[in-house]
Amino acid sequence: MKMSVCACSLREIIGMRGLLLTLGLATILLPGMAADLPCALRGTGDLGLVVERASGSLREIETSGNRELGRIEGLGDLSHASIVYSRDARYGYVFGRDGGLTQVDLLTRRIVKRIIQSGNSIGGAISQDGRLVAVSNYEPGGVRVFDAATLEPLADIPATYADGSKRSKVVGLVDAPGNRFVFSLWDAGEIWIADLADPRHPQLTKFKDIGRQPYDALITPDGRHYLAGLFGEDGLALLDLWHLEAGVRRVLPDYGKGEQRLPVYKMPHLEGWAVAGTRAFVPAVGLHEVRVIDTQTWQPAGRIPVQGQPVFVMARPDGRQVWVNFAFPDNDRIQVIDTETLRIAKTLTPGKGVLHMEFEPRGEEVWVSVRDADRVQVYATDSFELRAELPATKPSGIFLTARAHKIGL
Amino acid sequence: MCRHVWPTLGLALLVTSAVAAPSAARQAELLNLLRQDCGACHGLTLKGGLGPALLPSALDGKPAAFLAATILHGRPGTPMPPWRPFLSDSEVAWLVRQLQEGVQ
Repeated sequence: MKMSVCACSLREIIGMRGLLLTLGLATILLPGMAADLPCALRGTGDLGLVVERASGSLREIETSGNRELGRIEGLGDLSHASIVYSRDARYGYVFGRDGGLTQVDLLTRRIVKRIIQSGNSIGGAISQDGRLVAVSNYEPGGVRVFDAATLEPLADIPATYADGSKRSKVVGLVDAPGNRFVFSLWDAGEIWIADLADPRHPQLTKFKDIGRQPYDALITPDGRHYLAGLFGEDGLALLDLWHLEAGVRRVLPDYGKGEQRLPVYKMPHLEGWAVAGTRAFVPAVGLHEVRVIDTQTWQPAGRIPVQGQPVFVMARPDGRQVWVNFAFPDNDRIQVIDTETLRIAKTLTPGKGVLHMEFEPRGEEVWVSVRDADRVQVYATDSFELRAELPATKPSGIFLTARAHKIGL
Repeated sequence: MCRHVWPTLGLALLVTSAVAAPSAARQAELLNLLRQDCGACHGLTLKGGLGPALLPSALDGKPAAFLAATILHGRPGTPMPPWRPFLSDSEVAWLVRQLQEGVQ
């Protein structure tokens, strides 16, 4: 029994056993002993998971040693998969494209439970109190809420619109203070808030006509502002969760108006909040540009030319740098913006298919997935030195457990 | 009217006529593009995402010329972009056949 909670890799156990044997101790390692070995106890604060999207597997990584701890397989179709963590940072909840919701244990590196909750899903969130996991679905369009401990279904929120005759794909699902979830309806152009005070009876607040085709959204780290990016028109939709009565307003509505948008070969992502001081950085849609917003006034505060269409625009935790990756065909590089001068500080070329970047919690290193090289790379963020390189099969998202304690991640 | 008919007809001829198949190396690249880059919107297994499913059952009844035109020119008013800058007519014809037959 105890073996199942031991974090030792088999190699570590065998190594230990081998050591004891060479000392002349005719030792047989009993299962019960494993948990008593020093390596059996460990925290999870420096762990993370890398999605191998084509093979339906995860690599567990450890940022203290920049090493891989092991692999977890059998997670189905992981295209566009994302992960949130339980508040004790022991369990990851993996949201797969095939509608799969999988709870994995970082200590045993096993699947605890896996359900198929819809035909086609896009992402998820964990509630403020850590008791609820919500999944946003494309097919059938809506949000489903599950008990985080058992994955028992608690609530089903169909994203109906147009007099209830249609169902919209749901994007940009985040957790918000007050045990609420906020999400956007791609087809309907709406933002909904679901209050889960009573998990079996969600109370909905709907905002209509927020703009055409919201493609993704984020919530600020203080949990106050929900910002949805619009694909179908210029600008972003902003909802102040402290003042719902003020409704949704448009940010940067005329920004880039009249300019010819380029074809978009990959939808940008809004994840987390790239903010430095009072400036926020967001990807422009269909332009080789990162846009800067003054978060005091929500007015434009600059535009930074970059080498491709931005996909992720991520601030280092201290806000001193913003790292940007790009859509096809410029997805072989990363550009780093100096947030003080708004200039490009560095251009890196890790290789074809740079899909995601994840900063270590205090920002001294960043993990980068390079899909076509079948590699995950770790860079120092001050010297841009390549610190480590780990094999991974077609890696996409990288998710560190520090997300467990952040609103909206 | 003619302006609209002729390019489509031209495409239909292109798609149905026996065009040279891409080299084996290029085919591997195209399949990778299909899974990874088309898959960004249509799903890695092409069962659909923000974009519609591209499985043979979903494409059933849609003419090859229509599919080729969608890939080459995109669909204005939707997020589907034109892939003309990256793909030749014969490569698109080959991709359409893969989609119709089902990609392994």
